[in-house]
Amino acid sequence: MPFTFSFYDFTGFTQWIDVTLRGACSPFWAVLWEMVIVGVLFLAFYAVVGLYLVYAERKVCAFIQNRVGPNRVGPYGFFQTIADLIKLLMKEIISIREADKLLFNLAPFIVIITSFLALAAIPFAKGLHPIDLNIGVFYVMAISSMGVVGILLAGWSSNSKYSLLGAMRSGAQIISYELSVGMSLIAICVLAGSMQLSTIVEGQRDLWFIFKGHFPAVTAFIIYMIAATAETNRGPFDLAEAESELAAGFHTEYSGIKFAFFFLAEYMNMFIVASLAATIFWGGWMPLHIPGLESFNHVMDFIPPVIWYVGKTVVIILIMMWFKWTFPRLRIDQLLNLEWKFLLPISLVNILIMAFIVLMGWQIGL
Amino acid sequence: MREIFNYFKSIFFALKSLWTGMKVTGAYFFKPWKIVTQQYPENRKKLKMYERTKGELVMPHNDKNEHQCTACGICQINCPNGTIEVKSVTVETADGKKKKALNKYIYNLGMCTFCGLCVKTCPSDAIVFSNKFEHAVFNKEKLVKTLNKEGSTLKKGAE
Amino acid sequence: MAEEIIIPEADNQEISINMGPQHPSTHGVLRLVLSLKGEMVQKVEPHCGYIHRGIEKMTESMTYQQIIHLTDRLDYLSAHMNNAAVCLAVEKALDIEVPERVKVIRTIMDELARIASHQLWWCSFGMDLGGLTCFFYGLRDREKILDIFEETTGSRLIQSFYCPGGLMADLNPNFQKKVKDFIVYFRKILPEYDELLSGNIIMMERAKGIGKMSKEDAISYGMTGPSGRGSGFSCDVRKHHPYHAYDKVKFNEVLRTEGDTYSRYMVRIDEMRESMNIIEQLIDNIPAGDFAVKMKPIIKLPEGEYYQRVEAARGEFGVYIISKGEKNPYRMKFRSPNFCNLSALDTLTRGHKIADLVAIGGSLDYVIPDIDR
Repeated sequence: MPFTFSFYDFTGFTQWIDVTLRGACSPFWAVLWEMVIVGVLFLAFYAVVGLYLVYAERKVCAFIQNRVGPNRVGPYGFFQTIADLIKLLMKEIISIREADKLLFNLAPFIVIITSFLALAAIPFAKGLHPIDLNIGVFYVMAISSMGVVGILLAGWSSNSKYSLLGAMRSGAQIISYELSVGMSLIAICVLAGSMQLSTIVEGQRDLWFIFKGHFPAVTAFIIYMIAATAETNRGPFDLAEAESELAAGFHTEYSGIKFAFFFLAEYMNMFIVASLAATIFWGGWMPLHIPGLESFNHVMDFIPPVIWYVGKTVVIILIMMWFKWTFPRLRIDQLLNLEWKFLLPISLVNILIMAFIVLMGWQIGL
Repeated sequence: MREIFNYFKSIFFALKSLWTGMKVTGAYFFKPWKIVTQQYPENRKKLKMYERTKGELVMPHNDKNEHQCTACGICQINCPNGTIEVKSVTVETADGKKKKALNKYIYNLGMCTFCGLCVKTCPSDAIVFSNKFEHAVFNKEKLVKTLNKEGSTLKKGAE
Repeated sequence: MAEEIIIPEADNQEISINMGPQHPSTHGVLRLVLSLKGEMVQKVEPHCGYIHRGIEKMTESMTYQQIIHLTDRLDYLSAHMNNAAVCLAVEKALDIEVPERVKVIRTIMDELARIASHQLWWCSFGMDLGGLTCFFYGLRDREKILDIFEETTGSRLIQSFYCPGGLMADLNPNFQKKVKDFIVYFRKILPEYDELLSGNIIMMERAKGIGKMSKEDAISYGMTGPSGRGSGFSCDVRKHHPYHAYDKVKFNEVLRTEGDTYSRYMVRIDEMRESMNIIEQLIDNIPAGDFAVKMKPIIKLPEGEYYQRVEAARGEFGVYIISKGEKNPYRMKFRSPNFCNLSALDTLTRGHKIADLVAIGGSLDYVIPDIDR
């Protein structure tokens, strides 16, 4: 084993908190306190990441479009999104006549809670991993597909035809693209031999999976990027809120903080999808190791794993933003064609090839 | 077999065309010096409008507070929107002749469409367009302007 | 709920949606009433008149010089061409021959306006398809033309630069150099448009075979300009009834026969190249001379009826004047290209999806003030 990550290992730290709490109070209260700590940390994390992803998107699209972007609130417009959030918090929440009140109010919460839940399974660094489920990949997949329920409810309950059209588009889109996301992740699960995210990360100690798995891993990555962009309702696949066709799609009738929920959830979903891609294909918090180059690997180990994790996630988010600000939007039937005629068959064949490679033991670096 | 080949060919060309577009936007992302945005209120000092920019109608006065308007009213007739109102008084000159003189030149900026007919038809070049373009005011009464200054007189020899 | 809910037979269920007057892709205050079956458009009913200003009636109380500034406000993106139509009609009625210099300058200005208009169309077409970046690239390049306009005419959008008998002012000394610089710049930039949008697979999938219009239908609907030429209808007024200096320059009439959204798109892209060719031929040999003929202060057209058509950026723009020999026209009628192009929208979009309706609308490139007048 190469140089250990001992001084970047958070396991000791988290265990110390656990032991201290259990020593101070009963096990029930200890668990409750841990939940509160994790919850508060995640809420803060969620708000900061959500807001600054919005800021990043506005800056990135501005630079792509030869503009400056937000630059009035704070230096380089750094506090622009916070000002926006305050504005949204203070706006009136308009209640729609003839709308289904219960579902109308419930929908934003479903959307935001699902994106919140998915964060739980993401490994941020060694030891910084809220729940290390043995079916981590499956869990994230399952939770992120719940979000569409919120979108469908939002469209259905708004009593607006534009919203309904947007919601129906979104339903058809997410249900079909989930398959490709799942299939491309399964290809890597086959390579890793596990669905546990910590095992998957550990499995990339010598080399990342995208290099390890020959071209099927690269294909799986490309398919994952396309399908994940579609699943987060972004980029060329933002049919559910296509503003030139449906005004604002499923959230046409929402205002104030409820609109902000949809907005934040969209960006958080992008973050989750990107961090999953970083974890599964690019090794998560695992530094870049190349078999045979011991000194290089040693240097890489000095960079903290959190930096590796955030860096990889940011690169993938940038790629997704690049997609969004380059391509025109697809039409709904072309979207479904792309999934059922191209992505799904290719990813099915891809799994087969990957399984064959694993069976023959042809992975690079073994 | 042919179909399978075409299938992969279409995928290849699709990805290639997408990559062509991404190259364009990606190149601009890394060229911040190509940004064309003008930082308007900050660059106000340096901002130079073109000489002919039709900002608003003004009546130039020289340093002796003299203008060139003879109150003939041609601009008023030519204005398509009724923007200009020339109020004149009849004064008696030294040699006893009665003559029209300008009392008030009222210009309603809110109704002006900047067609330039008034400046073009003015026989004595009394009015011009200035480059000032910051017209925002809080009520529309402020857009009605009197162009001749207080106590100004007709320039000698401009009759 | 005690009321009985009647659910109509699912197959026959049509929903009607108001698209507009406030909608991002109607490019103004146009209201389209759509009948939808799912996503499929069954019928489109355009309701216009939201920005009706009664310009045709207003002209009856104005002199011919004053009318010019109203024509700017019809199709504000081809203001120069609209001005030219009235000026040419008046000059034809009075039998005035304008100096060569005026003709050449008018030609250059018209073509610059055409490029600017097509650039804005490209922006909004990209935006209709969902590619927002196109919008900013197009506007960035259009800004250079507007600067050229501002330097010479004093205004950026609605210039009122032509007057019966010539021009309002002479060219700015910088004009020639700036136009040449722009052409060098834009020849470099135009391939970028193709890379970003024209060659993009998503754009091609969305535009090819969508909104087909045969040549016969295009003629019977009176579709002119790039929309008509996309269907193979040779309708370029510059070619068939030359005015200005168009008979002295060499240029091709861009024609495409497919008649779909993509061909209308490509006609406009190619027209920008043709316009640059025309400008390049003229910019170095602007003849010296007066920029206007001396006209009487009050123009009275002899009694009669006069018609003049020009090729505006969106098609054939016509001015029809009935004069009773007074200083005001007795009746004035504008034949606006957008109104005729809009009338074909229903035929074009039947059986397509909402997303296609937006793309077809973008390819027709309507300007609402021109439709409503």
